[in-house]
Amino acid sequence: MPNSASDAPEGGLEDGAEYDLAVIGAGPAGLAGAVTASELGLSVALLDASGQPGGQYYRHPSPDLGAAHPEALHHDWPAFAGLVRRLAAGEVTHLAGHHVWTVARAADTEGSWDVHAVTGADGDGDRPVRVRARAVLLATGAYERQLPFPGWTLPGVVGAGGAQAMLKSGLVLPGRRVVVAGSGPLLLAVAASLAAAGARVPAVVEASDYLGYARRPGALLSHPHKLVEAAVHGAALLRHRVRLRTSSAVTQVHGSDRVAAVTVSRLDRQWRPVRGSGHRIACDALAVGHGLVPQLELAVGLGCTTRRTVEGTHALELGALQETSVAGVWAAGETGGVGGVQLARVEGELAGIAIAARLRGRAMASNARRVRELRRRRARMRAFADAMAAVHAPGPGWPQWLDGATDVCRCEEVTAGRIREAVADYGARDARTVKLLTRAGMGWCQGRMCGTAVACLAAQARGAQPAPPPERRPLAVPLPLGVLGALGRTPAPESDGAAPEDRSDGSDAVG
Amino acid sequence: MARDRSPAALVGAATDDAFEITFDGRPVTALPGQSLAAALWAAGILAWRTTRVGGRPRGAFCGIGQCYDCLATVNGRPNRRACLVPARPGDTVTTQEGHGHAELGV
Ligand code: FES
Repeated sequence: MPNSASDAPEGGLEDGAEYDLAVIGAGPAGLAGAVTASELGLSVALLDASGQPGGQYYRHPSPDLGAAHPEALHHDWPAFAGLVRRLAAGEVTHLAGHHVWTVARAADTEGSWDVHAVTGADGDGDRPVRVRARAVLLATGAYERQLPFPGWTLPGVVGAGGAQAMLKSGLVLPGRRVVVAGSGPLLLAVAASLAAAGARVPAVVEASDYLGYARRPGALLSHPHKLVEAAVHGAALLRHRVRLRTSSAVTQVHGSDRVAAVTVSRLDRQWRPVRGSGHRIACDALAVGHGLVPQLELAVGLGCTTRRTVEGTHALELGALQETSVAGVWAAGETGGVGGVQLARVEGELAGIAIAARLRGRAMASNARRVRELRRRRARMRAFADAMAAVHAPGPGWPQWLDGATDVCRCEEVTAGRIREAVADYGARDARTVKLLTRAGMGWCQGRMCGTAVACLAAQARGAQPAPPPERRPLAVPLPLGVLGALGRTPAPESDGAAPEDRSDGSDAVG
Repeated sequence: MARDRSPAALVGAATDDAFEITFDGRPVTALPGQSLAAALWAAGILAWRTTRVGGRPRGAFCGIGQCYDCLATVNGRPNRRACLVPARPGDTVTTQEGHGHAELGV
């Protein structure tokens, strides 16, 4: 039986412990799913790589830093505090510092799953842990989408989300004068927190034109709180004298071994730089990002069906109650499409209720009203998220930012020139072929940073819509060899490509 | 007022238990609960790795364990993700060259 410790010590879990539900990811979606399912009577293990709950959105300083007001760097902190209180008060076994590297069907118990993790701050703990559960909720979140440009590998260029994460957890800034660039609503939040924490932010450079919002008034007006949020960021930016430049991009970073300045160019509607429009802004750091990409390794490894999103990436195809195409595996939050923190909480709760209903074999009648309400909110927020994603989706002309010498793959140092050569001279037509010919995407990060760019460059050759393939990485986190070796002694996990099963019936009939 | 804005001031952090680590032999102050990358950033150090092919400097990029740009040699062990590994008193961080195994001849 699970113990009630809300944070089981690293060494405190017996290998092979069994639960009704294993939740992977302790961000807003995973937390909401875990506490909901637990309160409905399921035994729940919550596995997360971090030392504390919150995921990327609610990253906050370790208690050792003694922050009296961690909420100063957050929106929606009370909602998070509420989830953490429920986690602490309940029976969920929170396995912090557990890096899940694969999920597989249990070979010896039908209808069960084995969740395999390694422990330690960066997964180096070498101690494999296996959690067995009858249901799995994937709440693995998202990572930042990056588009390359000359100079983006220079120290001082950091992810916009990365700058935010380092600020929230480590209380540090990458520099004194930080330009924020890319596209998407996150940029305003990042700029506002950097400025509040003492950085000078000379400019926020947004590649889209924001006019897209005016063309979608329906979605906007149904979400007044989003407008208020934007206005709050906007007011903060005005107060700190931050200039917002839309339809513009950083097309060059200057500096020899760290950032000294950036060139900002105006973009046309296709995101092509307008010749002669570039001007320099002095800075010592650049925080850059182009929205978020759902993190799907575990789900794809299980054979879960994906769908293409409006912004040209992939997310999980989910049923009305958050179940994936693989019966017994649910998902919530950004894995089903990037949509923000409120949506993640709603989906987590919905999944928690659905899983409890399934495992307890009871109808959902007692929760029917709540389910209806959650589904209504989910539909509204998904519509808004789609409208927003369409406004900020990368324009087709961005590869014109690149010169031949620009590294596209940061890990393997593969340049745009070599990728174009693979496409033009060797006939590569998709990211996978480019990868085999150039090693782009074969390094440490397994294409997480360059995947979008490589797929776009390959697709452009045939005039196609760029569609990065859903990520198929055999291991979701790097793994000490000893862990794989040890598996020979436990039931071997099924690897890639478990056949997708029919979506189970029943679950969709509610609400 | 604008002058003394800082991340620590913003969240009201009580940070009197600072300790020392070293980076390439030079002392760097770290705070309990900070990652190695955060401690290095706080000291104005943005690069602690050189790449395998071009020998180019790199440091933390994604800040959340995804990009592997922040790999460092920590207490003699290469390939640690500095953005995830907490700083501990007396840690020695050294610039990691290439794949980090040069001295092992592999
Ligand atoms: S900064 Fe990306 S893994 Fe550490």
